[in-house]
Amino acid sequence: MNLELGDLEELYQDVILDHSRRPRNFGELSDAAVRVHGDNPACGDEIHLAVKFDGNRGLEEIKFTGHGCAISQASASLMTTKLKGKSRDEVEEMLGAFHDLVTSENNDAPKKLGDLRAMRGVRKFPQRVKCAMLPWRAVEQALRQTEGEATVSTEEPEFA
Amino acid sequence: MHKVATSRVDWSALREDFPILQERVNGHPLIYFDSAATSQKPRAVLDVVRNYYEHENANVHRGLHALSARATEHYEKSRQRVADFIGAASADEIVFTRGTTESINLVAQAWGGKFLRAGDVILLTEMEHHSNLVPWQLLAGRIGARLRFVPVRDDGTLELEKLSSLLTAEVKIFAFTHVSNSLGTINPVAELCQKARSVGAMTLVDAAQSIGHMPLNVQELGCDFLAFSGHKMCAPTGVGVLYGGLDVLDSVPPWHGGGEMITSVTLEKSTFKKPPHRFEAGTPNIAGAIGLAAAIDYLEGIGRAEIFKHDVDLASYALQGMADVTGLHVLGPSRDRGGVISFVMGAAHPHDLTTFADQYGLALRGGHHCNQPLMRRFGVPGTSRASFYLYSTREEIDRMVDILDKAVRFFK
Repeated sequence: MNLELGDLEELYQDVILDHSRRPRNFGELSDAAVRVHGDNPACGDEIHLAVKFDGNRGLEEIKFTGHGCAISQASASLMTTKLKGKSRDEVEEMLGAFHDLVTSENNDAPKKLGDLRAMRGVRKFPQRVKCAMLPWRAVEQALRQTEGEATVSTEEPEFA
Repeated sequence: MHKVATSRVDWSALREDFPILQERVNGHPLIYFDSAATSQKPRAVLDVVRNYYEHENANVHRGLHALSARATEHYEKSRQRVADFIGAASADEIVFTRGTTESINLVAQAWGGKFLRAGDVILLTEMEHHSNLVPWQLLAGRIGARLRFVPVRDDGTLELEKLSSLLTAEVKIFAFTHVSNSLGTINPVAELCQKARSVGAMTLVDAAQSIGHMPLNVQELGCDFLAFSGHKMCAPTGVGVLYGGLDVLDSVPPWHGGGEMITSVTLEKSTFKKPPHRFEAGTPNIAGAIGLAAAIDYLEGIGRAEIFKHDVDLASYALQGMADVTGLHVLGPSRDRGGVISFVMGAAHPHDLTTFADQYGLALRGGHHCNQPLMRRFGVPGTSRASFYLYSTREEIDRMVDILDKAVRFFK
């Protein structure tokens, strides 16, 4: 196997291809407290995240719908699997750890990230970081509010 | 039976003219199939630009010294070269701009700002690049004009039978692309211009994708304005052209104000030069204009008719090869198309495919190609796009098809 194929196979690990083809937690959440629409206008990826909080404002339930590249869809599937049932603090900690995983130069991949560590190949493809971060930007926004809908974008807010 | 004449051009030898084609990307020879975004540059153009900076560089139209005279002469000769290239009656009909986008904005804001009123209609098509849509949206929003669109059929051609109901007396300008940057569709420009004229509407042709790829003559097309960029036709980035007939340009008020475009200035007011200088405020892209003339020399040395045949041959060869790739669907017409092929693959999203192809040295474009409404029209978030030019080869297409097959197996 040559080096380039190595990079590709590291980016598209089996677990990522599996989650992109058969996303987990994919579907509507009728009694959601917060819905966030995540949008990557540069490539058309969309993630519609719906969450329900528990009594301590932890993530009791989290589901998503949407469409996009394998990286964005697998990231959403892996993320929702990981974050379901987590407290606010844990979600925020995971968000920081995941961002480091896909952007940092070093090869650290903290154990607590579990299957999310499969996304580490993204760090060699800077153009794809936005794809991986899209669902996380949505969950970050969801934590900021107690109810209602919001939209987040991988691009800066626009003048309209 | 129609016989295809053998080309007199040695297409593979011509690749030597483009230094960048020697690049290796991710360990593979570069296959550059993104020429619809920007073309590569031949050494002849690079040499002329370098020579200009080494031997002629000075500001134009203002210095009384030798270098300024040289630069001015070369700059104005380039304008004449462009005029001859597109069949304009005079060099004064050629305005140098930054590119197609700026050319269209000039027309929308300066011409449109003067001649359009609330309620007037601007007719566009559903296949316009954002550069021939957004400037009109801005104008329409400002003055209360209305936008109207010629629809696109499923096969990627314009629904011309709708034209008579759309092209009414309220239409003041019909602005449309010559060749679609996403679909490769070649529009019948002369027919569209003639129909527009019959209701008294002006026409603007976006020639960004056609200018370097096929013979083009503004008299034969019968357009009022024509806009194009240098960088898609072997010239440097940052230079482009707005063509307009002398009378038309003379009716347009100044757009950008500054040096070069004035005759006299007092603290209170100014008077302005005649076109084209009225529209060239500030120091222009002198090296860019000179490079554009060099690119024209280069393309004419090969012949635009030959280049067009080469494009069409590559496109039909690619369509044949791509037809055998599992789950691959091509958008756009099956014939009468330029060397631009947009496609989607069931197995791989355009961005995943672009990343995959890049690892094999194949430069494809993935995304909406500045055609978001058109992507919505076809119900896709984006496509992958392969676009060819004079330096593209059948061997490269074979390698692309092989890489697409690999991608099917990889992502399935």
